[in-house]
Amino acid sequence: MARPSLTRLFGPIREARGVPKWVVIAGIAITIAFVVFALFAPWIAPYDFDTYRTADGVRFPKQGHPSGDHLFGTNVQSTDVLSRVIYGARTALEVVILAVIFSLAVGLPLGLISGYFGGKLDRVLLLVMDSLFAFPYLLLAIVVAFLLSDRLGRGVMTAAVSISVVYVPQYYRVVRNHVISVREETYVEAARALGAKPRTVISRYILQNVIQNVPVIATLNAADAILTLAALGFLGYGIQPTDAAEWGYDLQRAISDAGAGIWWTGLFPGFAIVTLVTGLTLLGEGLNDVLNPVLRRRPIQAVILPERQSRLPAGEAGV
Amino acid sequence: MAGGQQTTSLRTYALTRLGLALPMVLILLTMVFLLLRVAPGDPITAALGGRLPPEQLEERREAAGYNRSLAVQYLEYLGNVATLDFGETIVDNRPVTRVITQNGAATLELTVVALFVALLVGIGVGLVSGRYRDTPVDVAGRLFGILIYAAPVFFLGFLAQLVFAQWLGWFPTSGRASPVTSYDLDTPTNLFLVDSLIALDFSAFSDVLSHLVLPAVTLGLVTGGVFIRLIRVNVLQTLQGDYIEAARARGLSERTVMWHHAFRNALVPVITVVGLQVALLLGGAVLTEQTFNWPGIGSELIRYLNNRDYIAIQGIITFFALVVVIVSLLIDLLNAWVDPRVRY
Repeated sequence: MARPSLTRLFGPIREARGVPKWVVIAGIAITIAFVVFALFAPWIAPYDFDTYRTADGVRFPKQGHPSGDHLFGTNVQSTDVLSRVIYGARTALEVVILAVIFSLAVGLPLGLISGYFGGKLDRVLLLVMDSLFAFPYLLLAIVVAFLLSDRLGRGVMTAAVSISVVYVPQYYRVVRNHVISVREETYVEAARALGAKPRTVISRYILQNVIQNVPVIATLNAADAILTLAALGFLGYGIQPTDAAEWGYDLQRAISDAGAGIWWTGLFPGFAIVTLVTGLTLLGEGLNDVLNPVLRRRPIQAVILPERQSRLPAGEAGV
Repeated sequence: MAGGQQTTSLRTYALTRLGLALPMVLILLTMVFLLLRVAPGDPITAALGGRLPPEQLEERREAAGYNRSLAVQYLEYLGNVATLDFGETIVDNRPVTRVITQNGAATLELTVVALFVALLVGIGVGLVSGRYRDTPVDVAGRLFGILIYAAPVFFLGFLAQLVFAQWLGWFPTSGRASPVTSYDLDTPTNLFLVDSLIALDFSAFSDVLSHLVLPAVTLGLVTGGVFIRLIRVNVLQTLQGDYIEAARARGLSERTVMWHHAFRNALVPVITVVGLQVALLLGGAVLTEQTFNWPGIGSELIRYLNNRDYIAIQGIITFFALVVVIVSLLIDLLNAWVDPRVRY
C-alpha cells in the first residue's frame, strides 16, 4: 500500500526537468539543512541555547561583536547568537510539524464530510470556516495563544494549537472543494451504485484522490506557519524564552539593539527565518509544478511524424 | 459566474451580498463572545483578581453585571455592538470607542500609506515582470517577490532601522512625531498628516511624514509581495488573449497594446486582492506598530493583552471583526460595479 504511493510521489520528481526540478532540489536542500540543524543541534551548536558563561564561570561578553569564540556574536543576555539560531531550527520544526498535523487532523475530516454529504451541515460549516478565514489570522493566533497560555503554559503545544487554528479553515476549504468536484466522478458513482457505504466511498475513492494535494498545501502552510510562530514570539506570546530558543523572540530583543548599531543579534535569526521560509516555499511551489499533471512538463521525446498528406496548396500549408 | 446573459441587477446583488454579511458578523461576534467572555471566566476577576479584596471584587462584578446568566450577557453584548458601544477598559477606564478613534487613526494612517506603497511596488514590479517574461528583469522581480514574502515584517523593520535610521540617519525609528510637533499640533482628526495640512504647518507635516516613511514602507513592501505575483500572472494571461492578437493585427503600436489592452485588464482582479489583503494588513500592522513604537490600535491591543484586560481585548477584537466584514462587503460591491461578470 505504501510502496506504490511513494513511487507515485517521488516518480514525478525524478521525471521532472528544467526549472521546476531545480526549484524542488533547492527547496529540499534548504529544508534538509534545517532539519539536520534541528535534529543535531546539541552537537552542531557551540553552546547551549541559554548558556551565558564558559565552563569556568566566566560570563560571555554582553552584546559582543562576532569573534572567534562567538562566530555570530552574543546578545543582550550574553548568550551565543549562533547557538540560538541553530536551536531555533529545532523549536520551529517542532511547532510547525505539530501545527500541520493538528490542522490536518481537524481540517481534512471536516472537509471530507462537509463536501461529501453537503446540505445544511456543509453550509453552516462553510460559513463558520469562511468567517474564521476572513479574520486577520495573526490576531486570531494571538488571542488563542493568550487564552491557552493560562491553561497549558507557553510551550510548544500552545504555539502549535494557536497556529493550527489559523490553518484549519484553509485545509477545510481546499479539501471540501476538491471533494465536491470528485464526488460526481463516474468511478465514485459506480462505487455508490455497487452499494458501497459512504464510509467506504470516502476512504477508498475520495480520500485517495484528495490526499494528492496535501503535500503541496502542507509544505506551503509550513512556510507560513514559521512566520506566524515568529510573529507570536515577537509579540511575546510564543514559547517561554527559558524553555527554548525562538527566532521571533530573539528579533524582539534585537529591535532595541538596532538603535545602537548592533546588527548581529537581529540579522542572523532574521536570515534563518527568511532562508527556511524560502526553502519551504520553493519546495511547495516546485512540488506543485512537478506533481500537478496540468503544469507538469515531461522530458520531450523525439516524435517521428508520418509524412504529411496536405490537401492545401503548398503556399498555405504553414498557416 | 456562467458569463453571457446576466439578468441580476446590481441592486439584487448588493442585497444578496448584504444578506450574506449579516450571518458572518453574527458568527464572528459569537466566536469573540465565546472565546473572550465565556472561556476565561469573568473579566473583573481576570484583570484585578488578587489585587482587590474578595468583597470589592464581588461588588464590581455585580456592578458590571457579570453575575447574570450568560445568555442575557450575550444578548446585551450584541445589543451594545449594534449601538457601537464596545465597553470601557478595566485597567484605565477608557471607552473602547475612544481607543478606536485615537489609536485607530494612527493605524489607519499607517495602513493606508502602506497599501499605497504596496500597490506601487506590486503593480510596478508585477507589470514589468509579466511584460518581460523570463528575462533577467523578470527573474529578479520574482525573486524579490519570494524573498519579501519570506521576510517577517519585523525583520525588515529591524533592517530598515539599522540602515536608514542608525547608519544613514535619514529617518527617526519610533513614534508618530517628534515631541515638539505632537505638543504643538492640534489633532481634530488624529490623522497627523491631515491635521498638519489643516493647520498649514509644513514643518510639522514633514516631521510627521519622516516618522511615517520607515513603518509604512516596511509594511507596504511585505504586503506588495502578494501583488507582484498576482499581477505578473495576470499580465501573462491577458497577453495570451485573442483581443491582444486582434489589437496587434490592427496595427496598434506595442505601447498602446500594452497599456490599453494588456495592463488595464490585468489590473481588474487587484480590487479583490486588496480586499483579501486588508486582513493581512491589519495583522501586519500589529507587528509593524510594535517594531516602530507606533501608537496604533495594535500596540494598544498588545498592551491590554499584557494587562489581561478582557473588556478592552473583546472590544478591540470586535471592532476588527466588523472592519473585516465591512471591507470585504465594500470590495465585493465595488467589484460587481466594475465587472458585471461577478454578479451572481
